[in-house]
Amino acid sequence: AALRGGLRFQASAALREGRVAPTELCQRCLALIKSTRFLNAYITVAEQTALKQAEESEKRYRRGQPLGVLDGIPIAVKDNFNTAGIETTCASNMLKGYISPYNATVVQKLLDQGAVLLGKTNLDEFAMGSGSTDGVFGPVRNPWSYSRQYKEKSIPKSCSEDEESDWVITGGSSGGSAAAVSSFTCFAALGSDTGGSTRNPAAHCGVVGLKPTYGLISRHGLIPLVNSMDVPGILTRSVDDAAVVLGLLAGHDPKDSTTIQDNFKPFELPNLTDVSKLSIGIPKEYRAPGLSSEILALWSKAADLFKNAGAKVIEVSLPHTCYSIVCYHVLCTAEVASNMARFDGLEYGHRSDMNKSTESMYAATRREGFNDVVRGRILSGNYFLLKQNYENYFIKAQKVRRLIANDFAKVFKSGVDILLTPTTLSDAVPYMEFIKEDNRTRSAQDDILTQAANMAGLPAINVPTALSERGLPVGLQFIGRSFQEKQLLTVAKWFEKQVKFPMIQLEEVKRHDHNVFQHQKSASFS
Amino acid sequence: LAPWVPVVGLEIHAQISSNSKLFSGSQVQFAAPPNSLVSFFDASLPGTLPVLNKRCVEAAVMTGLALNCSINKKSLFDRKHYFYADLPAGYQITQQRVPIAVNGSLSYSLCIDNKMSQMVMKTVRIKQIQLEQDSGKSLHDDTRSQTLVDLNRAGVGLMEVVMEPDMCCGEEAAAAVRELQLILQTLGSSQAVMAEGHLRVDANVSVHHPGEPYGVRTEVKNINSIRFLAKAVDYEIQRQIEELENGGTILNETRAFDSKLGCTVPMRDKEGKQDYRFMPEPNLPPLILYDAESLPANMNHQQVVNIDWIHERLPDLPSVKRAKLVERYGILPEHSFTLLNEDGLTEFYESVVKQTQMKPKKVIGWILNNLLSYLKQHSLTVKESPVSSFLLADLLNLLEKKEISSTAAKQVLAELWKGEGKTPVEIVKEKKLELIQDQKELEQICQAVIDGQENEVITMVPG
Repeated sequence: AALRGGLRFQASAALREGRVAPTELCQRCLALIKSTRFLNAYITVAEQTALKQAEESEKRYRRGQPLGVLDGIPIAVKDNFNTAGIETTCASNMLKGYISPYNATVVQKLLDQGAVLLGKTNLDEFAMGSGSTDGVFGPVRNPWSYSRQYKEKSIPKSCSEDEESDWVITGGSSGGSAAAVSSFTCFAALGSDTGGSTRNPAAHCGVVGLKPTYGLISRHGLIPLVNSMDVPGILTRSVDDAAVVLGLLAGHDPKDSTTIQDNFKPFELPNLTDVSKLSIGIPKEYRAPGLSSEILALWSKAADLFKNAGAKVIEVSLPHTCYSIVCYHVLCTAEVASNMARFDGLEYGHRSDMNKSTESMYAATRREGFNDVVRGRILSGNYFLLKQNYENYFIKAQKVRRLIANDFAKVFKSGVDILLTPTTLSDAVPYMEFIKEDNRTRSAQDDILTQAANMAGLPAINVPTALSERGLPVGLQFIGRSFQEKQLLTVAKWFEKQVKFPMIQLEEVKRHDHNVFQHQKSASFS
Repeated sequence: LAPWVPVVGLEIHAQISSNSKLFSGSQVQFAAPPNSLVSFFDASLPGTLPVLNKRCVEAAVMTGLALNCSINKKSLFDRKHYFYADLPAGYQITQQRVPIAVNGSLSYSLCIDNKMSQMVMKTVRIKQIQLEQDSGKSLHDDTRSQTLVDLNRAGVGLMEVVMEPDMCCGEEAAAAVRELQLILQTLGSSQAVMAEGHLRVDANVSVHHPGEPYGVRTEVKNINSIRFLAKAVDYEIQRQIEELENGGTILNETRAFDSKLGCTVPMRDKEGKQDYRFMPEPNLPPLILYDAESLPANMNHQQVVNIDWIHERLPDLPSVKRAKLVERYGILPEHSFTLLNEDGLTEFYESVVKQTQMKPKKVIGWILNNLLSYLKQHSLTVKESPVSSFLLADLLNLLEKKEISSTAAKQVLAELWKGEGKTPVEIVKEKKLELIQDQKELEQICQAVIDGQENEVITMVPG
């Protein structure tokens, strides 16, 4: 049953009013992490430092001087962000045990606001993948696999079959962050988004996943996959929460020369009531092959929702959409080949015992440190960057990228405010089925709806919409104009209110629920 | 035998004189303890990003302007990939597609036949100047089979100056580099001292018969001084000619100059040609430079580099300095070259001129023929001269006042070199070198001489 719309718990308000203490909130989350360990959402749980941060927060609240809305709020960070003193692994053997000496800018900003960093979340190795299944610490399990909603809808299995084998993936590559937010172990999490890595798992895990405009949020300290497409992603349980986090993270960083200089003004999301002035575009090419009829129907229903509320809903065309996957493949692998060149075992990270020569040490280190997915992309990327191939592949792909970006520019110029598309082709598939195809194939399939936004640098957000027939979350995506996050989130918030996505019903959460989460079903913090 | 035309081009890497590195805030310092000047970015820690150093851009613009280049108002950064222990990121950030300055020229002078009497002016075209990162240093410890890596130098800003193959021999290459060195030092954009690694020169050498296409070229590296540059180039030209005349071929290879043996040898490091897999540097937007015309009104001038502003503040370049010396002191152009070529010599000369009544035109002779040759003989720099400008001026004054002869002055100078602290006046007294002004005294001496040589006098005076 949809329980949103009832009393909304505001964790921040509760902290401010003294109804709950930061240390208590922190301990509850840590306990919940422990009892949901089977999700494998966290690689590192920073229990000591988190409790210390919570204590500091508590002191501030007692003095009546909290740093802001985020003070004392437990958060999690994807393990490809640098965190000083806490291991940063990128779910790779190459960085197992690597303790970075500095905080990523976004991490520092959250800590400066008093947020409590619970730990580092699991991902596909070096963020390469769409399932969060290919990291060295094992796959992440979608919390919805254990929800009442999913179990009710599953075909009853014979007693001999393990319930375990039924679980579904989170999507990726920020699956750990999505699962952490979805299972209530934290109130917000950082992910990264290069081809859909925040929006995809957000859709599968039933949470809000925001990909900001490229250049709005600093990438300093985010271990890069594709420098020209990566952005830090924000995962929360409500659009309002995403807006709050965005407000704290956005803005120019002198340490990142690709952030824009303009002054960013954090905003409060208005409660939109009148959508009649809105123009929603439905790109026909997003009716992609493989799109489930269920999602197609949901998408259509959503369009009708806007239409019936008075908005202008029109079909638009983004003609170069079909080339985006190949284009992405060339540009992504090329940058990967370049970015991974620094992992040679010399200055940090894994170093092989092979010491016959520098070159043999490099080769062995990289063979031992990287999984097949990473190595495959490096090989492809180097191929495309060879002198004889550069023009035909890299330059060509750059040109196609320009065409894809122009498609969006044209549509937005013609008067469309926001685009509405599906986020994923289907609801989350069971792990056993997902691994039947290789990473490359899966990525190519799953990225198709999300990755054009990365090519064009545009902001996009997944809003959980409804449950599928299997009882699993399905989300829809809104894509906005460059740097128009306020408009994007305003529309997303209106939509969120209309659809009233149900709360996950998790046994484990219920158990830890009684004191802290009483009466608050959406459990957002703002 | 058909004549050979040697063709010499140069790639010069000049370390930019700045407080911090090209893309990171760590310090630039010579001879610091190993790995003490390494920022997170220099060590290629994952997640770090480059931030362009404004001073380095200004240095490159200054240098470009001084070399008559067109400054590209928009230039780009690229990654050049290769694996080596002293390159932590596995790539160097450089400017391959569009460098900061192009199409310049450098004028330099040569003396014909080694005499300072005839100077010829030559020009070499500057293809481009690009900004790029320096690498770290690796020291091979063969006894322990290990390589030690020092990253202090990794990321220091370099200006690569590419000189077109307009030169024809070692002497020309050396003269061109010397002039570039003077320009850089005058601008302050680089300390340009080869011995300290601020200036590294690689030579591209080939030979061909006149009228035929250029021959295969080799790259010569590991040249540690301007003197060795001339030697290396001349050796390589000779080697190629001999090889070709014996029916051999020239390989497009990289060779190292062995200063002990005075020859070039193939470098074992490079196996086949490297594909650097150039790719645009995605973390650095295009570098945009402004001039007075294009500068937007509200722009904070701390945030931008204004080419015109830099142009207005360029100091007098060596060529201008020389012209001024010629005009002010009436010396020959050749003289001005020597003055500028020797560190501190111009200042010494001008100081002497100030302190003496002797005409500058005469002083220059003493500076170049006596002082400088002595310094060269004893491998001393002007700063190390035991004879100060004060002492020399003193001496020249004695000469000017006709208190001593020119010969005597030379003798005094020889004494002064000993650096025993005696003044010219003291030495003259000691050695009784005073010119006798008294007519009577002179007559007496002459008479005495004649008296002592009666026979010769009788033979000499007829009748």
